Amino acid sequence: MSLSQEMRKALQAGDYQKLIDAVPYARTLGMGSETFGDEVVFRLPRNEDNLGNPILPAIHGGVIGGFMEMSAMISLMMSQETPRLPRIVDFSLDYLRAGLDRDTFSECHLTRQGNRVANVIVTAWQQSRRKPIATARAHFIMD
Amino acid sequence: MNDETLFGRVSRFIGTLRHCQHLGIQAVSARKNELVVELPYTDAIVGNPETGVIHGGAITTLMDTASGTVVICALPEFELCPTLDLRVDYMRAAEPGHPVYARAIVYRVTNNIIFTRCEAYQADPDQTIAHCVGTFMRIGPEATPKAYRELITGGDAE
Repeated sequence: MSLSQEMRKALQAGDYQKLIDAVPYARTLGMGSETFGDEVVFRLPRNEDNLGNPILPAIHGGVIGGFMEMSAMISLMMSQETPRLPRIVDFSLDYLRAGLDRDTFSECHLTRQGNRVANVIVTAWQQSRRKPIATARAHFIMD
Repeated sequence: MNDETLFGRVSRFIGTLRHCQHLGIQAVSARKNELVVELPYTDAIVGNPETGVIHGGAITTLMDTASGTVVICALPEFELCPTLDLRVDYMRAAEPGHPVYARAIVYRVTNNIIFTRCEAYQADPDQTIAHCVGTFMRIGPEATPKAYRELITGGDAE
């Protein structure tokens, strides 16, 4: 599998936002990022098109999953010495609270990086980091 | 409930999910404990612009929608059932340019929890793209506003 020219450039420059913007699906969700030194927090701004349950209203669970999966992939790509494209193997997602119609944030932790497989943990929250709306665990194969 | 009534309910339900409208996700068929939904291929869900392969997140959304909606095909009354967890295994990349289907089944209903399984595929149902197991919580029909319940069940053919 090949990396696009934009992805390579973004990786070389260590530019999270450029890397996100190189992925059409991430643009569809409206995903962004904020870096604080070595740390990065991913952001999913409030967006009506991301809603599922119209009663609360709440963000579609699949969008929360997609946002977290995308976060894991971006942070994994950024952690590599040389540009590599991770392929997702599995994704396990626990929904802890309803994701309300407001900004959502996520951060990732690379639990284990082997030669071929990486394990990433993702946490997503809204109002307070101490009240996560979802946690996830993903495995990736590194090509 | 006959299949037509179930199909009407699941179609109206998916019609109220804004993100599903945004991606063009639609019900294809419904029967007791089973539902098939379709995700059309569009540029908006591409994960790798070099290959045109769909992002896993869009497949997760398709499977979450199928698994969360199939509960309607298993319950006597319409209830909203929030997702507790999903576990998705990605078996192979989806072929670009073609829709993806998800077939979800309910395999166990208790007073509190509904257990689902779902498979995503394209032209050949035996070539699984992704597999998903999910659990959903029952919060009871009363937890959903009456007007919304009537919106979903109101069009039932008598």
